Amino acid sequence: MDLYEYQGKQYFARFGIPTSAGGVADTADEAVAAADDAGFPVVVKAQVKVGGRGKAGGIKLAADADETRRHAEAILGMDIKGHVVHRLWVEHASDIDKEYYASFTLDRPAKLHLGMLSAEGGVEIEEVAATNPEAIAKLHIDPVDGLDEATARQWVGAANLDEAAREQAAALLVKLYTCYVEGDCDLAEINPLILTTQGEVRALDAKVTLDENASFRHPEWAEFAATETEDPREQMAKERGLNYIGLSGSVGIIANGAGLAMSTLDVVNQVGGSAANFLDIGGGANADVMAAALEVINADPAVKSILVNIFGGITRVDEVAQGVVDALARVDITSPIVLRLDGTNADAGREILAPHLSDRLVAEPTMLDAARKAVVLAAR
Amino acid sequence: MSIFVDENTKVVVQGLTGSQGRFHGVRNRDYGTKVVAGTSPGKGGTDVEGIPVHDTVAEAVAATGATASFVVVPPKGACGAIMEAAQAGITFIVCITEGIPAQDEALLFNRLQRDHPATRLLGPNCPGIISPGKINIGITSGDIALPGGPVGIVSRSGTLTYQALHELSQQGVGQTTCVGIGGDPVPGTNFIDCLAAFQADPDTKAVMMIGEIGGSEEERAAAFIAEHLTKPVVAYVAGVTAPPGRKMGHAGAIISGSQGTAQAKIKALSEAGALVAQNPTEAGETMVEVVKTLAEA
Repeated sequence: MDLYEYQGKQYFARFGIPTSAGGVADTADEAVAAADDAGFPVVVKAQVKVGGRGKAGGIKLAADADETRRHAEAILGMDIKGHVVHRLWVEHASDIDKEYYASFTLDRPAKLHLGMLSAEGGVEIEEVAATNPEAIAKLHIDPVDGLDEATARQWVGAANLDEAAREQAAALLVKLYTCYVEGDCDLAEINPLILTTQGEVRALDAKVTLDENASFRHPEWAEFAATETEDPREQMAKERGLNYIGLSGSVGIIANGAGLAMSTLDVVNQVGGSAANFLDIGGGANADVMAAALEVINADPAVKSILVNIFGGITRVDEVAQGVVDALARVDITSPIVLRLDGTNADAGREILAPHLSDRLVAEPTMLDAARKAVVLAAR
Repeated sequence: MSIFVDENTKVVVQGLTGSQGRFHGVRNRDYGTKVVAGTSPGKGGTDVEGIPVHDTVAEAVAATGATASFVVVPPKGACGAIMEAAQAGITFIVCITEGIPAQDEALLFNRLQRDHPATRLLGPNCPGIISPGKINIGITSGDIALPGGPVGIVSRSGTLTYQALHELSQQGVGQTTCVGIGGDPVPGTNFIDCLAAFQADPDTKAVMMIGEIGGSEEERAAAFIAEHLTKPVVAYVAGVTAPPGRKMGHAGAIISGSQGTAQAKIKALSEAGALVAQNPTEAGETMVEVVKTLAEA
């Protein structure tokens, strides 16, 4: 789950990471009030989960209340790369002396945490990595050991941060690491991390991605989840606990397991069709889950046929088959369904389905046959 | 031969009394796996369909001499269960649990490596390991596997592992061992571990490798194949049509920037000499041809 900048900054604040005074605003009036609280001059920033806000005109400096109102009115409702701005973050403008970059993420191949620190912040770090890789000081951290202040001090030296910034930056990095680990982030990034002309180090931006697998120990994340704007199809799937991604084709896909679901998308594509979605009903899916999946797919008007591709492992095919039968009794499924069922309790599953098979509910023996059939039906 | 485990491996099922633990533990036993014990705190002294239950892994190991464990425990308790097994002297741990936080996995992996270097973890979030006719630890349906070799399978995706087994078995091509390494960010066992084991196993004559989008494990495996594998490799990578930047089901499957695309992985594997198929069925057919050629040689 990606956080908005303001949420990331609020998250940082819980771990003692310094940020500028500011507030959230959904209207021009609220923006002026937030600016009054933060103290002029202020920066009015569009809250969208996409890069390039500044270039798109979504970040503006305001010297007084009138200017704040003008910018707020212009930015609210603005479309930035397909993301409409509904919320602003208004914060006290900083006098920037230097811009740095800092982040923590997991280095999967190394199986260690990776800290990246650069004296060249404010630009895309990928750009720095491509043009001037020596400018990024990388630090691998064994999660068993963690990051201590002494190591952080050496690190800020290795990254060539200005002398005036080093002590504060080292302390901030330890806090950012704590935020990354205890806050269960997949990514905790500050770009830019600034040194002000007054000699203060703080986070001017916040990019935080939370690991949703850890939500069981973070009840406070509920407020973040509530602000996620999603495709209505994805919203409906989420409410039913399904792993769904909307796509633009006409064959609705239901499969168990991410790999099989992706492979099903690929195969539909190879036989000349296109998928309307990715939907992984996960391991151990039962009749209720299957019925919910069919409901979600059925609600998408672009869907012309539905391909159910199940290879049971922990998922039991008889339960999946029962779910299909239940869903058909409960919901008026508008598209024909093509089923391919194999694996755990597959024979029992096929028996459950047998009396229900028709030209609206077709069983095919293989994944490829099922994909071909679904594509033919979608084209009708 | 099989890799990592064989017909003599004694297995303890952690979480045997839960519904999933019971279903799959008993099913593994019925397949012929030596499931000698289960654990469930507070339920020691009971049994699950004749499999004795102990409170702790240490007690189960003391009573049975088990060397492998099968962890069927929810995300909150899974890492603790794995550490408990390692501390009890278990050297091969299969964890099927889906949804363990990445921070916990990273910590677990490094702690295991430091304190229990002799212990191999398979998973988390994997289907397990099956050596057809000998042993099945995990959630794979045993009837889709065919004993007798000569193919070793290694796969990152659960259900595609079954699909790969199925494609080969349907064509009469057996498997030495099929390993599902799982799609989580920090897998205990990776492609290279399995490729090396298959290369060293005299009964394995060819290897099928199933990858998917995200990360760089397939690229690293490709480099290993080019350098170390003399046996033919047939590969398939899922997710050619996956949109970038979207998490496809589990943590592994995400394309970020230009990294981790199926196309890049396919290119790396092809250049390493692997025969790369377009879909699981084609992978099965390609392997049938490879096995035929090997038999004629």
